[in-house]
Amino acid sequence: MVKQPPIDYIERTQKQYEALGYPSYQWVYNDTAIALAPLKKPLSEAKLSLIASGGLYTRGQVAFHYKDDLSYREINVLGCAEDLRATHFAYDLAPVRKDPNVVFPVEPLKRLVASGFLGALAERAYTFMGGIYSARKVKDILAPALAARLLSDQPDVVLLVPA
Amino acid sequence: MCLSSALSITRAVRPPRASFVDFPLGHTSGRPHALDEQIALMSEALKGFEEMTHSGDIKTLPFEWQPDHGWKDAVMRPAAPDGAGADSDFRLPRLDTPQYQFESDAEAADSGCPTCVFLA
Repeated sequence: MVKQPPIDYIERTQKQYEALGYPSYQWVYNDTAIALAPLKKPLSEAKLSLIASGGLYTRGQVAFHYKDDLSYREINVLGCAEDLRATHFAYDLAPVRKDPNVVFPVEPLKRLVASGFLGALAERAYTFMGGIYSARKVKDILAPALAARLLSDQPDVVLLVPA
Repeated sequence: MCLSSALSITRAVRPPRASFVDFPLGHTSGRPHALDEQIALMSEALKGFEEMTHSGDIKTLPFEWQPDHGWKDAVMRPAAPDGAGADSDFRLPRLDTPQYQFESDAEAADSGCPTCVFLA
């Protein structure tokens, strides 16, 4: 069996863009890691908020568009399973449309709450569609908006799941 | 914490904590309808909240997509002139209108949707 190191997606994207004749994408390279907040209580007592960038929405909501969509959706994770949808311009949608838990792990998180491993799952999850070309707009507009919502929800931990 | 399948991008962004799973994109938290594996994957990932104590730490999760890593060869490789490899490119045109999974979703959508937040 042949083992390979993890795929270098930055390098492959650059080569793919070169082959297509696109200008090189300016990736974000942060000089320092974002400060870590120590956990204040055991995971078994902690409330977790979920954020996902795989383009999840529920029936009744406006879907994402594919051109630098800066919007987000609020999804009630306690009662949405059969109405979950996925839309995204950049990854294979077949698996997520079979089972949204592949990039929006609500069911396994609920099971971990039921078993006592995790304290609670926040009722509201937040979703957006990644692949937003302007990292600056994500940093200056979308991320602060999501952070403000999370602060009002008061989770103990937040999990971001990109697709 | 960020749960990621793209180690290079996560290393560049440097979130406070990350759990890395070496699965294809679109499967960050597991395979479709493999709930037992999804639960195991999420529990390993979440343990990282307690295990990682230094800013920028990345925990590699003990899961493998397939014993043979040949699946990585075709990912995002430019297609050959004869079209070989074109099926590894999933990108769709960047349209600026909502792209619904089902046509009926468009009819069901509430344009005044209170849970849709549009940012300028």
